[in-house]
Amino acid sequence: MSAVTAGSPKSMFDSGVLGWLRNRVFSSVPNAIISMLIVWLAVMTVPAAFDWLVTSSVVHADGTRECRAIDNGACWALIVEKHRLILFGLYPYDEQWRPLIVVGLFLALIGISCSRRFWNLSLIPIWIVGIVAIATMMWGGVLGMTFVPNERWGGLPLTLILSVFGMAFAFPLAILLALGRRSKLPVVKAICVTYIELIRGVPLISLLFMASVMFPLFLPDGMNIDKLLRAQIAIIMFAAAYQAEVIRGGLQSLPKGQYEAADALGLGYWQKTGFIILPQALRIVIPPMVNSLIAMFKDTSLVVIIGLYDLMNAAKASFVDPAWRGASMEAYVFVASIYFVFCFFMSKYSQSLEAGFARAEKR
Amino acid sequence: MASTVKGAKAPKQPLSLNDPRVRGLIYQVVALAAVAFCIWYLASNTIANLEARRIATGWGFLNREAGFAIGEGLISYGPADSYLRALVVGVLNTLRVAVIGIILATLLGTIIGISRLSQNWLLAKLASLYVEVFRNIPLLLQLFVWYAVISELFPGPRQALNPLPGIFLSNRGIKFPTPPDAAAFDYAGIGFILGIILAVVVANWARKRLYATGQTFPSGWAGTGLIIGLPILGWLIGGAPTHLDMPEMRGFNFVGGGSLSPEFAALLLGLVVYTAGFIAEIVRSGILAVSRGQTEAALSLGLTKGQNLRLVVLPQALRVIILPMTNQYLNLTKNSSLAVAIGYPDIVSIANTTLNQTGQAIEGVAIIMLVFFAISISIAMFMNWYNKRIALVER
Repeated sequence: MSAVTAGSPKSMFDSGVLGWLRNRVFSSVPNAIISMLIVWLAVMTVPAAFDWLVTSSVVHADGTRECRAIDNGACWALIVEKHRLILFGLYPYDEQWRPLIVVGLFLALIGISCSRRFWNLSLIPIWIVGIVAIATMMWGGVLGMTFVPNERWGGLPLTLILSVFGMAFAFPLAILLALGRRSKLPVVKAICVTYIELIRGVPLISLLFMASVMFPLFLPDGMNIDKLLRAQIAIIMFAAAYQAEVIRGGLQSLPKGQYEAADALGLGYWQKTGFIILPQALRIVIPPMVNSLIAMFKDTSLVVIIGLYDLMNAAKASFVDPAWRGASMEAYVFVASIYFVFCFFMSKYSQSLEAGFARAEKR
Repeated sequence: MASTVKGAKAPKQPLSLNDPRVRGLIYQVVALAAVAFCIWYLASNTIANLEARRIATGWGFLNREAGFAIGEGLISYGPADSYLRALVVGVLNTLRVAVIGIILATLLGTIIGISRLSQNWLLAKLASLYVEVFRNIPLLLQLFVWYAVISELFPGPRQALNPLPGIFLSNRGIKFPTPPDAAAFDYAGIGFILGIILAVVVANWARKRLYATGQTFPSGWAGTGLIIGLPILGWLIGGAPTHLDMPEMRGFNFVGGGSLSPEFAALLLGLVVYTAGFIAEIVRSGILAVSRGQTEAALSLGLTKGQNLRLVVLPQALRVIILPMTNQYLNLTKNSSLAVAIGYPDIVSIANTTLNQTGQAIEGVAIIMLVFFAISISIAMFMNWYNKRIALVER
């Protein structure tokens, strides 16, 4: 379709920056119009956004009113003043180094799990040690650390606990559900299908409501579990159903020959599953599992609705203070960038894994 | 394998734990017993707790007076109406936002998905920026931001923004002109529906004729003409009124015209913008899944680029797209339950109010779950039917 025909003399438009502009930006009249519109849009928005975010923003002030009096950009003074509330919620101020270490532990756990060298059974003890260390740091009560009840947990550590622990504890359950759904035993299959489809058919909010208003009714008299644990159980139940479907995808994508070869060797069901099927199937599903971790990380923000102090709710609490009223956008931009950084890098990681797997497949 | 064994004369063996069928049976009995025990345990605890707290279970509360007001709805409702009617208002509100959201998200997502594959570098980069930003921020946060933009940053009704004549944006929502109650607009509506039906009929007839005789018929243009022409004809028959019901500033607020509440606008905007990011990726990967040879073959047969996209690439891409797209529609519908966070009266927020007022926790949660389960099943069944219709018939 290009107007440059084979016989035309080579001009300065064929290569270099101008050639690129001509081929990729102004290749045809409609394209040129679209490009001009985009440039116009950028000219209208980018400088204004930069001005609001950087040039006219205020970093030091005692309240929204003072901010607005100094300049009309973003009032980052809110973040300077309230960042500990947003990041750690109502955790006792002097003890906030503990949730900080917990965030570091989480990043280390995720980092270790992302590296291929640890893709074997050594991950199980690493995770058990990690979970115990995180619980110890958060609760305290030992090694001279004061006890902090989990009603006071909040902010980023709480978001990480709900999402990462939700995924980790859902994982064994999800494997059983996925195997059960592919089982030849009709009753087992029916139980697993019913569970998975019921959970996947309803929104997470309804499970969280169930956790907050129905779980207390389910337990015998005198026994009580707190709100955080109830929400965590609901999230585990939810994550298990979705992960089960992801794992089922991995089980289905294994060639039939693998099952038949295991049968031919005389392996029993659990030997076949444990030594032949799962190690291969779980490897295939790592990229979609990372994607469901991203979804889980975003979905935990729903605990706002049942009143837990996660990152999202802590951000909302930061501008409730009368002095800081009206600075909601600044708080939202701050937490949005935290969520974005986490989700963006996880999704890039999952894409690079997928590309690596595809390359390995071709070889 | 079992049938061959059955055919041969198998010696009768005593029941043994080494027999996989016997073990299978035992596993199933154990699993069933465990599930039954769990349900019985939870149910008996619940019954005991309900008795201790003197909560009467049952659906009798549905006929009692609700006593709370609902901001908006498709059917008339007042605080004196029953809980049942309040819940129906909620279900209709959920369906309204879900249906409009699905249509708009599909349109926006398809445009962005195709843009990401564009030759135009600027357009492709803008589309991928959109996808990266909106997919990686929680929907709830986006809803809060949209709601804050509308309710805090937009001016009051007196200083309402007026981007187009008759359309006013303010912190009370969006006001727009509506056609008045005139027969002409009813005729136009009937014409529109007739136009769609006739367009489908013409398209079917044209395809049959094409297959039978090889003659083409411009059914696309004819259909467009019918869908646009018949409503105009209906409007002309009704006397061609040009008057519209315009929103007008009177006192402290607008009177007349139609309106979208800030809650509805924020929820719809959030759902559409968020889901479109996911749909864009599905559309993009669907188009990439059609091999390049198909396009080359189509172009060498003399099809134009537009015909190639419409007749060769999109029908094949649709087969790849349809299942993940169904999941996105289901997600959008389930995500509409986040309405409760910004105060749009959907089924979750009304069931939640009902639950808090009456104390009927189990019934309230059950209603929410049943409604969403029913919607999910209906969408899944429709999409499965559609999927079967367009699936490749292998010979």
